[in-house]
Amino acid sequence: MSNDPKHRFNPFSMHVNVDDFIPATDEEKEYIVQMRPSTTFFRDGVRRLCRNKVALISFIVIVIITLSAIFIPLFWPYSYEQMLGVVPGKPVDPSYNNLQPFAYGKTEQKIIEEGGSVFPHIFGTDSSGRDYFIRVVYGTRISLAVGFFASLIVLIIGIVVGSVSGYIGGKVDLVIMRIVDIIYSLPDMLMVILLASVLRQTIGDALEGTVLERIGSNIISLFIVFGILYWVSMARLIRGQILSLREQEYVMAAKATGARPFWIIRHHLIPNCISVVIISTALQIPNAIFTESFLSFVGLGVNAPMPSLGSLASDALNGISSYPYRLIIPALVISLIVLSLNLFGDGLRDAFDPKLKS
Amino acid sequence: MNSKTVLYILKRIGLAILTIWVVITVTFFVMHAVPGGPFMGEKAISPAALKALEVKYGMDKPVFEQYLTYLKDVVTRFDFGPSLKQRGRMVTEVIGDGMRISARLGLIAAGIALVSGVVLGAVAALKRNKFIDKAIMVLTTALVSMPSFIIGTLLLILFVITLKWLPGNGASAGGLVLPVITLSLYPAAYITRLTRSSMLDVLGQDYIRTAKAKGVSKWKIIFGHAMKNSLIPVITYFGPMIAYIVTGSIVVEQIFAVPGIGRTFVSCIINRDYPMIMGTTIILATLIVIMNLVSDILYKVVDPRINFD
Repeated sequence: MSNDPKHRFNPFSMHVNVDDFIPATDEEKEYIVQMRPSTTFFRDGVRRLCRNKVALISFIVIVIITLSAIFIPLFWPYSYEQMLGVVPGKPVDPSYNNLQPFAYGKTEQKIIEEGGSVFPHIFGTDSSGRDYFIRVVYGTRISLAVGFFASLIVLIIGIVVGSVSGYIGGKVDLVIMRIVDIIYSLPDMLMVILLASVLRQTIGDALEGTVLERIGSNIISLFIVFGILYWVSMARLIRGQILSLREQEYVMAAKATGARPFWIIRHHLIPNCISVVIISTALQIPNAIFTESFLSFVGLGVNAPMPSLGSLASDALNGISSYPYRLIIPALVISLIVLSLNLFGDGLRDAFDPKLKS
Repeated sequence: MNSKTVLYILKRIGLAILTIWVVITVTFFVMHAVPGGPFMGEKAISPAALKALEVKYGMDKPVFEQYLTYLKDVVTRFDFGPSLKQRGRMVTEVIGDGMRISARLGLIAAGIALVSGVVLGAVAALKRNKFIDKAIMVLTTALVSMPSFIIGTLLLILFVITLKWLPGNGASAGGLVLPVITLSLYPAAYITRLTRSSMLDVLGQDYIRTAKAKGVSKWKIIFGHAMKNSLIPVITYFGPMIAYIVTGSIVVEQIFAVPGIGRTFVSCIINRDYPMIMGTTIILATLIVIMNLVSDILYKVVDPRINFD
């Protein structure tokens, strides 16, 4: 506003004040320059995440564990099911069973005496003469895979049910939410044990001859159980998000231009609640790993000879006084994975959705 | 209590009853979907004997009729039928035996978890950002990330095998020490974090400042003003805590050889003792549902401001 007294005293004057239209001085331009370059939501979140040292270290730990779980079995000279003492056509060599770390079996010692080199058994071998290191690595791989895929299943079912329920609303929403309430108040662990103990017998025959047989009926039943029980909290979360998002103006605009419901869900609603979804999925993975290791420990986990961290710990319980390290190693790996996933998930939440922080 | 609270409580009770019914129904039909039936494991059983067994246990009738009978027996007489593998004993007897031991274990663990969690949480909140607060937070974060079977087995290695201080057998005297510690560590860590955050919240409130300004002594503020309100969120954890202890006892009793309900449950699963699996699932689930109900209602009654919808 200019300080022209005439202008100030007569607000109804139709005269255009020429002073208002002179080009801005450099000083004035400086005033409206942005403090820092504009940033997208994603980049902003990543920046905040990178400043969180704990989350960053956890992320690095997860990446290292995941990469070694994927790649070490590819070049390791032993496999997880190979009993080193068993050579076709020869009697079983018991000297390979229960080797201490960095100890060798009889035939291996012979090779070393003759000047050859043998790949060391870093963690020794188990009671059936299987290299323990590769079993731990393979067990980590299984546990991570189970955690990841179980969370993925939960995510997909949760997104579908939650968005349909939130968007359609009305009676559909009412019915779905009552079902969610009931499943939510079921004691999950007991139901998991019950379903897992029954499913593995029921679906064992059905799987025979299919690709799924290699994964094993126990893991498949674990996935089914997760699909049945754990989608509810994800569905609740997404429904809540959708309920608030669908009142936004841009959704109304999309509707007015004739967009169909599923198009709106896919293009407007889901992208807008994606950060909440990613965060709770990240926090779901350690949960699934927890559950898998629990079931393996009770004896309802992966099918033998496949190892998982839980079943390794459970097997180690038999020789606990002689070989305590066989229990401590998988226990440490599990705790490390769950701890770093939890901390990373917390960091993600703080970075991408500070509102959720409690 | 206003009418809204009463309505909420009634709704909550209705949901709990519905949940228990769903548990019974799911358990029943899931167990009857197992191929081969419960007598498959028996060695060399003749068709005639199998038929006789089925008649004896009422398994020759249509499934739906069996279901109605089962439901009626469970609800009206609390009767889960006889155990298949422990001949001559009723499911409720076997569960009752295990329950006595497990209940003692669980209650002591819950008590320890509550007391230590509240004390540690309050200390952490009062010493905010000091060394002791940070130490408590690191410790509880680590504990929350460890499955109970790992805590249990590590304690077993440390105290029973390496130091030889305690017996590893839960049935003997002193044998309950480690199972109790194992079961209480996770809830204690959780309650510590819960108490700390709610205590920090309360300490920032105006009425605490008013009390300070009036010259009320530090301890009176902590116990008379801050503690009372910061414990309200802990009530919500009662239900989940019982659920954790129930499922935790399944592995802990296994590790320390405690002859409780958890151990019985695992051996029933391995032996395919179907009536026992059903009975145990239903009873433990009912316990958890009721505890959740009680803690929700208590929460609502203690703090009527809270709106659940």
